[in-house]
Amino acid sequence: MSETALKKVTEYTPEEVEKVSNWINTEDYKEKNFAREALVINPAHACQPLGAQMVATSFEGSLPFVHGSQGCASYFRSTFSRHYREPAAATCDAMTEDGAVFGGQNNLFEGLENAYTLYKPKMMPVYTTCMPEVIGDDLTAFIKNAKQKGHIPEDLPVPYANTPSFNGTHIHGYDAMLKSILAYLTKGQKIEGKCTGKLNLIPGFDGNVGNIREYKRILDLFEIPYTVLADSSDVFDSGCDGHYELYSGGTKLEDAAESINGKATISMQKFSSVTTMKWIDENFSGVNEVMPMPFGVAKTDAFILKLSELFDKPVPEALKKERALAVDAMTDAHQYLHGKKFAVYGDPDYVIGIISFLLEMGARPWHVVISRGTKKVKKEIEAVLETSMYGEGCTVHVNKDLWHMRSLLMTDPVEGMIGDTHGKFAARDAKIPLFRIGFPIIDRVNLHRNPVVGYQGAITMLTMIANKFLDIKDETCEDQWFEMMR
Amino acid sequence: MAERKPIEGITKERTEKLIEETLACMPEKAQKKRAPHLGPNDPSSSVCAVKSNRKVVPGVMSQRGCAYAGAKGVVWGPIRDMVHVSHGPVGCGVYSWGTRRNLMQGINGVTSFALDFTSDFQERDIVYGGDAKLEKLLDEANELFPLAKGFSVLSECPVGLIGDDINAVTKKKEAEYDKLVVPCNCEGFRGVSQSLGHHISNDSIRDHIIGRYEFAEEAGPYDVALIGDYNIGGDVWAAKPILEEIGLNVKSVWTGDGEVEKIAATHTVKLNLIHCYRSMNYMCKVMEEKWGIPWLEYNFFGPTKIEESLRAIGELFDDTIKANVEKVIAKYKPIMQAVLDEYKPRLEGKTAMLFVGGLRHRHTVGAYEDLGIEITGSGYEFAHQDDYDRTQPEMAKDTIIYDDVSEFELEKFVEEFKPDLIGSGIKEKYVFQKSGIPFRQMHSWDYSGPYHGYEGFEVFARDIDMAINSPTWKLVKSPF
Repeated sequence: MSETALKKVTEYTPEEVEKVSNWINTEDYKEKNFAREALVINPAHACQPLGAQMVATSFEGSLPFVHGSQGCASYFRSTFSRHYREPAAATCDAMTEDGAVFGGQNNLFEGLENAYTLYKPKMMPVYTTCMPEVIGDDLTAFIKNAKQKGHIPEDLPVPYANTPSFNGTHIHGYDAMLKSILAYLTKGQKIEGKCTGKLNLIPGFDGNVGNIREYKRILDLFEIPYTVLADSSDVFDSGCDGHYELYSGGTKLEDAAESINGKATISMQKFSSVTTMKWIDENFSGVNEVMPMPFGVAKTDAFILKLSELFDKPVPEALKKERALAVDAMTDAHQYLHGKKFAVYGDPDYVIGIISFLLEMGARPWHVVISRGTKKVKKEIEAVLETSMYGEGCTVHVNKDLWHMRSLLMTDPVEGMIGDTHGKFAARDAKIPLFRIGFPIIDRVNLHRNPVVGYQGAITMLTMIANKFLDIKDETCEDQWFEMMR
Repeated sequence: MAERKPIEGITKERTEKLIEETLACMPEKAQKKRAPHLGPNDPSSSVCAVKSNRKVVPGVMSQRGCAYAGAKGVVWGPIRDMVHVSHGPVGCGVYSWGTRRNLMQGINGVTSFALDFTSDFQERDIVYGGDAKLEKLLDEANELFPLAKGFSVLSECPVGLIGDDINAVTKKKEAEYDKLVVPCNCEGFRGVSQSLGHHISNDSIRDHIIGRYEFAEEAGPYDVALIGDYNIGGDVWAAKPILEEIGLNVKSVWTGDGEVEKIAATHTVKLNLIHCYRSMNYMCKVMEEKWGIPWLEYNFFGPTKIEESLRAIGELFDDTIKANVEKVIAKYKPIMQAVLDEYKPRLEGKTAMLFVGGLRHRHTVGAYEDLGIEITGSGYEFAHQDDYDRTQPEMAKDTIIYDDVSEFELEKFVEEFKPDLIGSGIKEKYVFQKSGIPFRQMHSWDYSGPYHGYEGFEVFARDIDMAINSPTWKLVKSPF
């Protein structure tokens, strides 16, 4: 554009606008959209340190500590507070230009000392933003030096994880931080021949506190002693009684330390615990299992049977009854979901679970988007689809985003969409409902409190989806089709 | 301006003692750094003693964001007809996508772009640089969004650290597309808060946007621009009609529901009216120096300040506008009185403490006071000295002023002054609600709004009453 000539402010004509409005819904646009190589639009994933913070905050008395830029810490805190409608304490060492030049050691020293003095944490897990990762800060040395110089006590647990935002997603940050904390707390705790008899349960990156409570309830029914690694349920869902507790809930540090002598460890999310489970395999005494998230009946069955097998206990009567109730609800309401096509997106473990549930209902997962993932993720999802005739015709798109998803919805329509809040724009354009299952949910209340796993979770999802379709029918049908019964 | 009457129970000794006790909990170095940022208010002094716009003290749990947040979230994001690229790793764009409530008209993805565009940097981009990727993604965006009036490229931390030259890329692409393609070097590690992001963005507008377009229609004597209204919860849509009602011609809005070509033509207006002084004063000063456009701060929160502002605006125009101002004030007076009649009896004598960005506190004091609420403490995340100087006269003597307050400090101050309401942000909200203290998010209007203008005051009054008097608070104390 020439520097001298002034251009006139222009308005597009309604015809021009209409032309493009129509074009973005076409096959031609979809083709161009899918040809994108560099631009990402509306991704359904976040960055590593967000996941690290979820773990870091889920231990008793633990204060998450961000090494890097302060804005990142504020973004993570805001994201959690918007989703859970709960406080999300975390501090940071606020590196700025001079940190970029000289490294962040002095910021870390000062930050650790101030945070320890003011907030008296029992543990301060440190994780990084991109800035120190780009300049190559050496956290091992920095933390060691901080202790040697007396900024924090020698015995204060300060595990750390490198969580560069330009690698992987939030689930990988979760994995890295969890492994680091466990390695730190269990160091020297392994006693040959000792077994606590307990189950270690790793929920994975799960924004639904109801899910974690559901796991605990099932374990209580089995009377299996357990430690949840790491337990965000009471951290991100605490009561209002007129007193704010900075440290609410979380896995006890001594329980985490003893987890190395547990009877068994189960991870409920394969893809968010890959390195942790590998490390646990190498270091923990008990048996280790990675289970699919128990969405729907079959995957809940598998979880229940695994518990029964590992702990040699019969399945509790209460759970048998619950299973029957869930199946009853599903057979009663199958007609409202059968044959309906769905678009699903989100974290791999969630997506696999949601798809399993849909297949059980006779619904048809149709478009699946994982906005950052590997071929392995794709294969695994396809394997689940192949288990049912209702999975036929479904396409799995890995490393595609929610703008790709929009093209899919507009050119090959479906009846519903399942995922986190970020899909609402695409769902609105496609005039279909969005069922909010995932993280973050920042436009509805309390969904993070209702479990979507287990038999109870199956009923919850079924109720949410079937009734919404019925609401739509009642709201949109012509008068002569408006009926008393549905 | 008359000094406010002192608030009962608030004394210099009490405020100073509180600050002293709070500081005493910190390590010595932190005490020294934090002490200048806290103090009792002195409305009689023209220079506020509380210091600001300095580095965050590491580890204290500041509520501040970064330069990128100030650039993307505040200045650029609201310009509706541009594609704003979050250039770097994926997180920044995701966290700032749709989380500021700068509403916009248009068809999303066609004429307006409330989407998250990012280069989603991977390891290889850090190693080999992201310029080639940036070129490519701009080409892709230009093809997929043909009606976009321009592109902004907002750098995240790594971009500045690896030595990329986004300015060379944007220059090349601008020539190619014959559209605005604007670089903004707003890496999050720059400066001490969001504020530098505002400043850098203003500079980008100065260097790459302003003065390059002209309005198709002839300039008129009543042409004004609305500066520093970001249309949070629809604020622009409540403010602009009032200015139009008094006969002014609002040619462009910076940047709420904004259109970039109109922003680029703003150098032809007769007057700039600025709401958020903190984030946009830079460009007002540039336009004053370069094109001789005067600017005036105005405040559309609450009927008292709206009336004052309208009259001050009227003073800069002819008798027609002045007469219109009086007509508009008279028209809305009974409507505002009805609002006050409904809510003031339930709110009179209540107190509130505020902690917001860089402007809103001093602008909203009047609206609280219209409702009979006194402000016992206030401070900003990222304000500068000039903001505090303008705040001081709006506060009663010896009320507490806190700059870049940490969570620890704010909890202490609230514990002492026990306000009936806190107005602050999402990170603070649930901390205080757990303590049983009513709270409204004052960055996002707590998913409500608008709060600007006459229409906004009705919503504000309703919301404040709802927050303070919700029957839910009575349930907090359990009988057992």
